[in-house]
Amino acid sequence: MVFPIPHDTTPILEVTDLQVELVTADRVVRAVDGVSFRIGRGETVTIIGESGSGKSTTAMGVLQLLPEDLAVLSGSVKVGGVDLLVDRDAARRIRGRMVSLIPQDPMTALSPVHSVGKQLTGAIRLAGHPRSAARARAVELLEAVRIPRPAEQLDKYPHQLSGGMLQRVLIAIALAGHPVLLVADEPTSALDVTVQAGILDLMLELQERTGIGILMITHDLGVARLVSDRIHVMKDGRFVESGEAEQVVDAPHEEYTKRLLAAVPQLGTFEEVPA
Amino acid sequence: MSAFLSVRDLVVSYGGFRAVDGVSFDIGKGETLAVVGESGCGKSTIARALVRLVTPTSGSIELDGTDIAQLSEKQLRPVRHRVQMVFQDPYGSLDPHLTAERIVAEPLRGRSAADRHREAARLIDLVGLPASALDRRPAEFSGGQRQRIGIARALASSPDLLVLDEATSALDVSVQAQVLALLADLQRERGLTYLFISHNLGVVKQISDRIVVMRAGRLVETGATDDVLRSPAEPYTRALRAAALDPTTMRGRKPRDVVRQLQGAPA
Repeated sequence: MVFPIPHDTTPILEVTDLQVELVTADRVVRAVDGVSFRIGRGETVTIIGESGSGKSTTAMGVLQLLPEDLAVLSGSVKVGGVDLLVDRDAARRIRGRMVSLIPQDPMTALSPVHSVGKQLTGAIRLAGHPRSAARARAVELLEAVRIPRPAEQLDKYPHQLSGGMLQRVLIAIALAGHPVLLVADEPTSALDVTVQAGILDLMLELQERTGIGILMITHDLGVARLVSDRIHVMKDGRFVESGEAEQVVDAPHEEYTKRLLAAVPQLGTFEEVPA
Repeated sequence: MSAFLSVRDLVVSYGGFRAVDGVSFDIGKGETLAVVGESGCGKSTIARALVRLVTPTSGSIELDGTDIAQLSEKQLRPVRHRVQMVFQDPYGSLDPHLTAERIVAEPLRGRSAADRHREAARLIDLVGLPASALDRRPAEFSGGQRQRIGIARALASSPDLLVLDEATSALDVSVQAQVLALLADLQRERGLTYLFISHNLGVVKQISDRIVVMRAGRLVETGATDDVLRSPAEPYTRALRAAALDPTTMRGRKPRDVVRQLQGAPA
């Protein structure tokens, strides 16, 4: 059971002129250098870039998961109209409730020594559900992410599930607090391609049912083209091109985007029915 | 083309589990054969058997006429240099304490110091790195530069066959394109034979002449790369093909469409 997000004119996420400076051993690096974007109800916005572009740092900035003593943030990050950079307590209240993370590598994101059910019910309890209702809610969430025989899976440990099933469990955990925004950091990069499509389809299906906003971080232009409403191409901490997914991938304006696309080996089409 | 490498009925078992279950293929001299498949299909185990990091349970691996499948470590010594491996992870596969020169010259033990230095400098240049790279350690290099060092080390013993196991998978696409171009140049100039293991069909299409599609330890389909990728005969190959997201051919497609295409394939 997942609940729809109310219609509202306030964007789910509005990031304005975000800068992130990271303090390293010998210098200060401006990892994110003034990016602005917004995500409305039911929208998927993707930040695409190569390693070191600042895409994951942007995501961690939105989630307020950068260590406070090593990262200096400026600009504004508004979730449902509340600026998390002004109200640090709001960040703690909002993370896991209004904003949830789907991590990159499902095989290492869960604790190996606790059952899947224990970790999922932990998230459900944090969201304010009483202990007595947690297990029933856990079964509901595993059903929502289309895990077969959910009650049986709760007693399993992470190593007993495949990568695709674990990613579904992590999506269930992300949904436990009824978030309005999912931040998905390379959610399918560690998965086989035949599993990837199912996970992306699940995310978009959940979006259709609830209106949840999705911030997707990826290096994969194919994934970005498949799921996004809008794409921001990031390089050296800045957006070099922003637009509708179709426009950015099918008719890019900027030289960097063109080079990035040209570097992806092309497969072309294939005969879907054997000759 | 006469086969330079000929693999017949290869079986590799770990305990009772057959990671590779009766696989046969040939590679001609100077040719690139790609082995593709998803995790657990046995493609990396094939790589490990070819460089004899594992001993096959049964079957033969004929390298230029000599079956190396069951040779002892001592018997392998004269042929080991002919097959070299390039690994996936350019971060984990180089000793962080050694300079690039020491890493690249490592297979040249027994030669004089001057000789080793000259050869390392030649190889570093061959893979497109500056001479100043010789004195630097892995942490000072980017992922793509490290993979060039890995290729230089593999070339140090003058091999005939390079086994490349997901050699570009950890790299950004622009860096991947450069490393693929380097591999193509080296093959043209030196007549190298490649076994290229990958899960990425786009990369495979670009670099390979022929392809072997693997699933659960078995060979599913094989043929000329362009033919197999354009008109795959087997449902599993079609599923892999449908799931590969080429950004240039996805106009109007949604994840649901991809999932639907996959449902035609057996689970």
